[in-house]
Amino acid sequence: MTNPMPAPEVEHSDPLDDTREKDESMPREASSIELKGLRKQFGKDTVALDGVDLTIDAGEFFTLLGPSGCGKTTLLRILAGLEEPDAGKLLIGGKDVTDIPPHRRSVNTVFQSYALFPHLSVRDNLAFGLRMRGESSAERERKVAQVADFIQLGSLVERRVDQLSGGQRQRIALARALVCEPNVLLLDEPLSALDAGLRGQLQVELQRIQKRLGMTFVFVTHDQDEAMVMSDRIAVLDSGIIQQVGTPSEVYEHPVNAFVARFMGHDNLFAIQRSADNWVDTELGRLQLDPAQQRSEQQGWLLIRPETLELGGEVPAGYNRLEGTVKERLYRGSRIEYRLEVNGVTLMAVASNVGQRLHAVGDRVTVSFCPEDLVRVAA
Amino acid sequence: MAEISIALRGRAVVSETRHLLFSVMPGAVWIIVFLVLPSVYLMAVAFMTNGPYGQPQMPLSLESFRQLAGFGFLGWSPGNLYTLLRSLWQTLLSTVLVVIVAYPIAYYITTCREKWRPIMLLAVVVPSWTNQVIRTFGWMNLLAPGTPLSDAAQALGLIAPNMGLYPSNFAVTLGLVYNFLPFMVLPLYAAFEKLDTAQVQAAQDLYAAPLRAFWHAVFPQTLPGLLAGTVLVAIPAFGMYVIPELLGGGKGMMLGNLVANQFAGSANWPLGAAGAILMLIATFAGLFAMRRIGKRLGGGEEVVI
Repeated sequence: MTNPMPAPEVEHSDPLDDTREKDESMPREASSIELKGLRKQFGKDTVALDGVDLTIDAGEFFTLLGPSGCGKTTLLRILAGLEEPDAGKLLIGGKDVTDIPPHRRSVNTVFQSYALFPHLSVRDNLAFGLRMRGESSAERERKVAQVADFIQLGSLVERRVDQLSGGQRQRIALARALVCEPNVLLLDEPLSALDAGLRGQLQVELQRIQKRLGMTFVFVTHDQDEAMVMSDRIAVLDSGIIQQVGTPSEVYEHPVNAFVARFMGHDNLFAIQRSADNWVDTELGRLQLDPAQQRSEQQGWLLIRPETLELGGEVPAGYNRLEGTVKERLYRGSRIEYRLEVNGVTLMAVASNVGQRLHAVGDRVTVSFCPEDLVRVAA
Repeated sequence: MAEISIALRGRAVVSETRHLLFSVMPGAVWIIVFLVLPSVYLMAVAFMTNGPYGQPQMPLSLESFRQLAGFGFLGWSPGNLYTLLRSLWQTLLSTVLVVIVAYPIAYYITTCREKWRPIMLLAVVVPSWTNQVIRTFGWMNLLAPGTPLSDAAQALGLIAPNMGLYPSNFAVTLGLVYNFLPFMVLPLYAAFEKLDTAQVQAAQDLYAAPLRAFWHAVFPQTLPGLLAGTVLVAIPAFGMYVIPELLGGGKGMMLGNLVANQFAGSANWPLGAAGAILMLIATFAGLFAMRRIGKRLGGGEEVVI
């Protein structure tokens, strides 16, 4: 897909070029989004959205993250106008668009299945939105050429959709939405059908396109890694309720509850049996805690991130110290994952693979970690 | 060694060919005996002369085609030409009407709950399990003079007093639409069933108002079903015999009746054969035109019909 030849004098065609701050060749106006008490129910007892309040800033890369059935796709479809909320208000760019049909919203969507029109050429697919909006053919021609150039697929415009690869279709679907210069771009798991390599590449590319255009992106995914790589902020949804909104590091390092913690990939969650100012009792034993983590409630969960654990070596003063046995070792190349058994409980640890001695299965190891890395999580 | 293996391979090829031959044989024989030979005979008959008792005889001539074109003992008459034009018109009209009726039905069935769909499809298909002649007699009874429908039409001034809706060209069109409806509903239903709704939503998302979204995202997807249905309806309708015979009266005659008459009462086999050949040519021309339309509207995509 990439051209091995040195780039010709066309200097505006590389979306991967970070040196350019913002591309002004495609004029646009990013909009903020405000959701107020959105509710949506399907049938008698399927609550898709249970009172969602959310503000998405203009020009933000915002991700709706959650398991299937959490309501993230319903929320996106409401933003697009393809679904009507039962209650609540939706404001885009400060204007109430709750009752505006999809074809009158300056919002465009990249669909999960791409939804390209198979009976039209790539060019006609790209021009579709402009045509429906009644733009002149000269204007369409110019914009289509520009967007095809922008996503580096100018050579494909004469093709039929069924002659494209999955990655190419994905880019055409993106371009078909971008060419309309929407105030908000919605992306419904657009990368889920691609293989891992291409997916990683497009994650980076999408993020850079968003930064370059300064457009508001609302991205839906169930993949927390994808969400963390791309987003400015993430909203984690479950059962139609927003559990947490925050930057990737906030959501990953300080999940507000056990659901968010588990969904962000944390395995080391231990029920708190008793707690005081600077310690908690769990199945692992009594652990020192940063007083800043003090909570009014007694119960909840203690989160220990596997990468904060130190295996073997000296235990610095003030650190927590546990003794465990290596039960399993997974070699991941850049890092090594250990499944330890501590006081009859499983504890996961991750060590970067840098010159240190590998611990073998069956080894007794000392586990140490700083009290400040422990996080209390609500139930 | 090498020679042996070549010999073995040769034998294997021979036996494979033989197997293929045996498995294809019954079908091939069937087609030759019941399709190819009669067709060749029909063509031959079309170029023969009509004997005094209606039997085809030598010498070969183009007399039957001359008669088909309307030239008889009394000079040229437009009767046959009218029959041909009426056949084409009835076919076109009834196919268009069938599409107009079947399209919403097929769509409606796909929007129903899944457990109801087979029942609704059955309701569309079941009438065609009854003999066509009997169903056509049913229409005769419904449309005859003095029936509520005819009285209503008289009251509205659509037909002259004391007349019925049957016999008439209207009755023939109605009969054709009624008869061929299932053949359009089923392929359209199949097309609607696998409709990619994401495309429709994409069209709406890309500023297409509902009607334009239908035209650009729904219609192209149903086109293969529509073309398949058109072939299933138009070709048999063009050669239809029973319905115009029973519902049309003298003025509703179609090409199928013209042909049938030559093999029965009028006893002019060469003329009947010539009429049959004309129907065949018209059918192929229609199919060819449909393919072209399908290709154009399908954006180069092959629409199989």
